[in-house]
Amino acid sequence: MNSKDNQGPLWEVFIQSKPGLPYKHAGSLHAYDKAMAIDNARDVYTRRKEGVGLWVVPSDQIVSVQPKDAEAFFDPADDKVYRHPTFYTMPEGAQHI
Amino acid sequence: MHFKKLEEEDPKKLEAFQARIDAEERIEPKDWMPDAYRYHNIRQISQHAHSEVIGMQPEGNWLTRAPSLRSKKILLAKIQDEAGHGLYLYCAAETLGVSRDTYIQWLHEGKAKYSSIFNYPTLNWADMGAIGWLVDGAAIVNQVSLTRTSYGPYARAMVRICKEESFHQRQGYEIMTRMMNGTKEQRQMAQDALDRFWWPSLMMFGPHDTDSPRSKLALQWKIKRATNDELRQKFIDKTIPQAELIGLKIPDPELELQADGSYKTGEINWEEFYNVIKGNGPCNRERLAHHREAHARGAWVRKACTAFNEKYKGELVLN
Repeated sequence: MNSKDNQGPLWEVFIQSKPGLPYKHAGSLHAYDKAMAIDNARDVYTRRKEGVGLWVVPSDQIVSVQPKDAEAFFDPADDKVYRHPTFYTMPEGAQHI
Repeated sequence: MHFKKLEEEDPKKLEAFQARIDAEERIEPKDWMPDAYRYHNIRQISQHAHSEVIGMQPEGNWLTRAPSLRSKKILLAKIQDEAGHGLYLYCAAETLGVSRDTYIQWLHEGKAKYSSIFNYPTLNWADMGAIGWLVDGAAIVNQVSLTRTSYGPYARAMVRICKEESFHQRQGYEIMTRMMNGTKEQRQMAQDALDRFWWPSLMMFGPHDTDSPRSKLALQWKIKRATNDELRQKFIDKTIPQAELIGLKIPDPELELQADGSYKTGEINWEEFYNVIKGNGPCNRERLAHHREAHARGAWVRKACTAFNEKYKGELVLN
């Protein structure tokens, strides 16, 4: 990136659409600081009342799993079917369980 | 930037990639992808982004001369949406490893294109109607199909854009309807706008499938979900009844309603299409010059913001 004439760092935008719902990734934008990032996020991503809550996070602060590592990374969850309720056999006639 | 040719790629990786595409999986920025897939998306998404941004100019031309406060307010909101759509698309395009600055530089250097429709002038208020109804209408047909494109960030941007864009087409059709219900002069203005924008709107879908060499791979990789001709036909078939409903006449003496209910049009003037793409349309130079100038005028703001941010590391603001 040209450091003398650029659009500022990249931020990721998360919107909460209704109180109580989780924040969901909406997209990204460029801004030079926090105030500009949150203002721009409002103008770019919530022009039609899409949200009641808004987060902006500098993109370079997000830690993520690389796709090539994903299989090994999530592997520990692969063989533990006993974590799901359907694993267990219930006696005939058992109710509310 | 160097992009590997398709035949230089590892065949095993290519095969696995195609299998993901065939299984309707979406490709995400950090996934492996063939360079040709990356390149096609860089080209297509940035062209789409530039079109949204340059598309603000023909409409901006009428902002200060809108006939009422209502229409001015609406046009302002529409233009603001176009800016937003440009931003969604630039962000999607940036995930492919090219910076915003580079995309803008390519536009200014003429390496990147934008939709040729925006190289036509907007001569009167009826053109705002024709643009909303026809140009946004054509864009919607294309964009609805692209909500299922295989590149994840592009598909997500398309979903947002499609949600917002339908008001654009309706505002255009409303302008045309009002003019057709108005005086004789107003009806003539509306017809004249349709006469000038009809054919360029059909050109928006690009060359015939037989003359579109890049389409085959784009369809195979599901970047495109329908061919140029299929999308164009869809647009034609839904637009003609709308024109007839309000008493407008499609400027095509060869137009024919076929047995299956679809319309056959006369041949598009492809010479005009290629000429406009090459930069010789009525407004090409003006549109680019305006963008360059606006970008240059903002340079001191970007410079000041960068200097401020470097000095305070963003600490002085919000909590």
